[in-house]
Amino acid sequence: MKALRKFLDKKKPLFEKGGKYAKLQSTFEAFETFLFVPDITSKTGTHIKDAIDLKRTMSVVVLALFPALLFGMYNVGYQHFRSAGELAATGMFDLFLYGLIKVLPIIVVSYVVGLGIEFAFAQMRGHKVNEGFLVSGMLIPLIMPVEAPLWMVAVATAFAVVIGKEVFGGTGMNIWNPALVARAFFFFAYPSKMSGDAVWIADKADTFSGATPLAHAAALVGAKGEAATSIIEQHLSNTWDMFVGLIPGSIGETSTIAILIGALILIATGIGSWRIIVSVFAGGFVMGTLFNLLGSNSYMTLIPAWQHLVMGGFAFGAVFMATDPVSGTQTTRGKYIYGFLIGFLAVLIRVLNAGFPEAMMLAILLMNTFAPLIDHFVVQGNIKRRLKRVKVTA
Amino acid sequence: MENLINIFIKSIFIDNMVFAYFLGMCSFLAVSKTVKTSMGLGIAVVFVLGITVPVDYLLNKYILESGALTWFDSSFANVDLSFLSFIMFIAVIASMVQLVEMIVEKFAPALYSTLGIFLPLIAVNCAILGGSLFMQERGYNTLAEATTYGLGSGIGWLLAIVGISAIREKIRYSNIPAPLRGLGITFIVTGLMGIAFMSFMGIKL
Repeated sequence: MKALRKFLDKKKPLFEKGGKYAKLQSTFEAFETFLFVPDITSKTGTHIKDAIDLKRTMSVVVLALFPALLFGMYNVGYQHFRSAGELAATGMFDLFLYGLIKVLPIIVVSYVVGLGIEFAFAQMRGHKVNEGFLVSGMLIPLIMPVEAPLWMVAVATAFAVVIGKEVFGGTGMNIWNPALVARAFFFFAYPSKMSGDAVWIADKADTFSGATPLAHAAALVGAKGEAATSIIEQHLSNTWDMFVGLIPGSIGETSTIAILIGALILIATGIGSWRIIVSVFAGGFVMGTLFNLLGSNSYMTLIPAWQHLVMGGFAFGAVFMATDPVSGTQTTRGKYIYGFLIGFLAVLIRVLNAGFPEAMMLAILLMNTFAPLIDHFVVQGNIKRRLKRVKVTA
Repeated sequence: MENLINIFIKSIFIDNMVFAYFLGMCSFLAVSKTVKTSMGLGIAVVFVLGITVPVDYLLNKYILESGALTWFDSSFANVDLSFLSFIMFIAVIASMVQLVEMIVEKFAPALYSTLGIFLPLIAVNCAILGGSLFMQERGYNTLAEATTYGLGSGIGWLLAIVGISAIREKIRYSNIPAPLRGLGITFIVTGLMGIAFMSFMGIKL
């Protein structure tokens, strides 16, 4: 460690004003602060004395994503060998290794493209390299289908970083969660890759249908009587598998358990807002119950409200996407409203909109749009209440 | 009743004037700097749409449609005045906007001065004329349906402009690249809001 510090100190003057590589100052600074907690302190304005900074915050989120990531890799292998019918003959380590080989390239592409753009922008605009992409770069692979072609991942990532974030001024200024922008871009630009049942399992064998539970559930809308119950029995009866995550789906979103471990880390460190997480689940449950009571087609009657919460990307979105402190609401009361509406809309779109069986991401994107508005009204409400109090006492 | 609720929800979210048809963009982009003024303009649009669409519906049904004049005299059964719909609808809209302008000037002079030229310009706001023309094209059958549609699309427009104005208030101090400041970033925000609203696209009610 000490040698590294010495090396950095020796090279530092080269990158400072007047130095040989002064233009690359922000790149140097990014690596230096990544390795060591910076000793720069605020000189003016309000500041809080705390050891945590953006880089440390982001590292915790990446850490919280790891259970979901590791399980996702295992599941990619599991689904592949299950599809090929060789599940019993393959060891657990082989399953994981297969998934690792499939998933790692996507992660590498996402980081290389995203960080490359990030560094380029920092150089050109002369600001520090924003570390927000550490998390986005991990989130993007986790919400992609396993078989997504790498160039598509690259295009979606580039779109998300440039249009979703850098045009707004970089980390902390964006209105929409960059990872969700990537997913939405992917979804609307290459719809055949995102829906349908061919893409969720790597190298799928024909004998095994690889549709996600959500796709099966969406098929319930048209099905009646026996056809509907047979769909349930074949594909949707094993809730334990859905909870553990041994189902086809995007890489990181399948396992509710792994996501809940991540949620515990986020809540314990105070980085993710438990208010948002809880109210997202509440909103989804309320809407699911409403549909159960309404029951106008088999999707609404046969899927119990709580099952919505373990299917598809619901849990993943609630824990890792909705809690994004930048694109979410900032006020306490706003967080409850925001979270509740996300859960509510996600289940609503899921059930009513046959075109988008995976609605969680779109619901969050939509509420990102209205998060500033919710904050505005909560703040105005507070101002009004306090004004009233002042008038009464005076 | 269920039919009316469907039309209402559909016109707000699924057939949103701004994000599904990109109508009424000029005032949407120009007046959306603060939530307060955009709220005022949005309410004015809701009001104007809520009145002009049913009035135009009556006009269409009893004067313009082919054979609409039979209530007057049965010899008019072959008369089709629908080529006049543009000019008639515009006339109705212009007079309604005059009314709104007088009301706003009288009761909210501050809002009147902030809205400035954009208040009379509602008369040529394509969302308003679009509302009447969609009403004609989709053939809503009753006055109640037409009114619901007018109010719904007005509220959809209100939601859009209030949403973007809150975003613009939030990004006011963001470090946006200089060439994009102002209108440029507003276009990008509008596009991204459109992507978010696509989640409603294709919902069948």
